[in-house]
Amino acid sequence: MSAVSLHGVDKRFGEVHALDGIELTVDSGEFVSLIGPSGCGKSTLLRVVADLEQPSAGTVAVGGKAPRQARLDQEYGIAFQQAGLLEWRTVTENVELPLHVHGMSKARRRARAAELLELVGLTEFAGSRPSELSGGMQQRVAIARALAPSPRLLLMDEPFGALDEMTRERMQAELLRIARETGAAVLFVTHSIPEAVVLSDRVVVMSPRPGRITDIVGGRRPGGGDPTDDPTDLAPDDIEDVRESGTFFAAITAVREALRKGHG
Amino acid sequence: MTASRVLPPVAFGIAVLAAWEVLVVVAGVPAFLLPAPTAIAAQIGAQFDVLVSTAAVTGGNALVGLVAGFVLGVVLALLAAGSRLVSDVLTPVVLAASAVPIVALAPVFTTMFGSTTEIPRRLVVTLVVVVPVFVSTARGLRQVQPVHAELMSSLAATPWQHARFVRLPGAVPFVMTGLRLAAPAAVIAAVVAEYFGGLQNGLGSRISSAAANTAYARAWAFVAASIALGLLFHLAGLLAERLLTRGRTT
Repeated sequence: MSAVSLHGVDKRFGEVHALDGIELTVDSGEFVSLIGPSGCGKSTLLRVVADLEQPSAGTVAVGGKAPRQARLDQEYGIAFQQAGLLEWRTVTENVELPLHVHGMSKARRRARAAELLELVGLTEFAGSRPSELSGGMQQRVAIARALAPSPRLLLMDEPFGALDEMTRERMQAELLRIARETGAAVLFVTHSIPEAVVLSDRVVVMSPRPGRITDIVGGRRPGGGDPTDDPTDLAPDDIEDVRESGTFFAAITAVREALRKGHG
Repeated sequence: MTASRVLPPVAFGIAVLAAWEVLVVVAGVPAFLLPAPTAIAAQIGAQFDVLVSTAAVTGGNALVGLVAGFVLGVVLALLAAGSRLVSDVLTPVVLAASAVPIVALAPVFTTMFGSTTEIPRRLVVTLVVVVPVFVSTARGLRQVQPVHAELMSSLAATPWQHARFVRLPGAVPFVMTGLRLAAPAAVIAAVVAEYFGGLQNGLGSRISSAAANTAYARAWAFVAASIALGLLFHLAGLLAERLLTRGRTT
C-alpha cells in the first residue's frame, strides 16, 4: 500500500489556482521531495496531505485512508519550518505531546520519549527547556515529536530552512538515518536543490500559477526505484560521498533544468 | 544582585534623607509642612506595634481583594476567550471600568455595606485589580503562535486539549504580568479606600486621623508603613512572576 496517493488534486483559494491536476504516489518507505519556487503550491500540497487544507477537487489517500481519518489515527507526523516547541514543557514533555493528546499513560509515553530522544541523540537534554537548545537541536526535538506515534509517514515543510548550512547538512544526514531506522516514508518540502537531491529517492519539481508538477527526477538513486533494494546507500556515512559523487551533480543539473523549464 | 547595583540607589536615598534633615533643621521648616526624618523615625519606633497591626489589616484587605480580583479577572478572560458573544459584551465593560476612578466608589460602598465591615475596602481593591488582570490575561489567551495552532490541528486535538496544552500555559506570562501590575495597585486602593470612613483600624484611617490631629510626624510614620507595604506587594508580585515564567523566552 502506498503511503500517499493523490489523483487529480486541485486547490483554489478564491481566484488563485494553487494546485492543478496533481498526480503523485509516495510508496511506503520512500523519500520524496517537493521542490519549486515560492508560490508553486508545494506547501499547500503538503497541507492537503496533512488534512490542514481541503482540496477543491480530486482524491487524496494517506495510508489508504481519507486524510481526515489519517489525521485522527495519527498516520502521519509533521514538522514545520519553525520547530514550534512548547517552551513551558521540557524536551521530554514536548516529544510526548502527541501521545499525551491521545491519552497514552504517563509511564508508556515516558519510555517512548526516551527511545526517541536516543534516536535523535538528545538523551542528555531530556530535562532541558527548549530555550536552552540551539536551533538545530530544537528541530531534532520537533522531528522526535513527529515520530512519537510511530507514523508510517513523515511530512516536513522546510524543516531545515532556518538553519545554517553546516547544521543543515548534519541534520540531513540525521534525517536519512532516522528515516532508514524507522522505515517511514517522507514527503519533504524544500527550495534547496542540493537538499532535495541528497535526501530523496525522487524529486518532484513544481511550477507556479497554477501549481503543477512539471517533472519528477531521481535523487541519489537516479530514476527512483525500490528504496529497499540497496539499504546501504542510505547509510549516513555515505551522504558525504553522495555530495561529491557524479550522479549527485548530474541529478542537481537535471532538477535545475526541470525548474527552469517549469518557469519558461 | 551585585553591590555595584545596590549601592548607588541606597547611597542616593541616604543622601536625600540627610539633605531633608539638614533642610528642616537649618531652614526651620514647620512640622505641618515637613517633619524631620529623625522625628518620623522616632514615631516609627514609638508606634511600631500599632504600625504592624494596622499594616496587617490594610495588607489583609489588599490581599483578599487582590486574590478575589485576580480570580475574577482570569475567569472573565477565560469566558471571553471561549465565546465571541461574552467577549463582545464583557470587553467594553471592563475597559470602561478601567476609566472609572474606582476609589471614588469607596464612600458609596461604605454606605451600602455599613461602616463596621471590611467589605467596602476589599470590594474597591477587587475592582481595581480585575481590570489589569483581565486585560493581560485576555491578551495572552489570544496570542497563540500559528505553528502551535497547526500542530494541535495535525494532532487532531479537541478545543479543550488545545486550551489545556497550548492556550492556558501560553497565557501564564501574561497573567503573571497582570498580577505584578495589580499587586502594588491593590495596596494603594486599600489605603485610599480607608480615607472615606468606616473602620479605623488600618493604615489609611490612621494617616487621616493623625493628620487631622496635627500629629504630622505620626502621619508620616504611617505613610512610611504604607510605602513598605506597597513595596512588599510589588516584590511578591515580581517574585511570583519570575518563579512561574522561568525558562521562557517571551
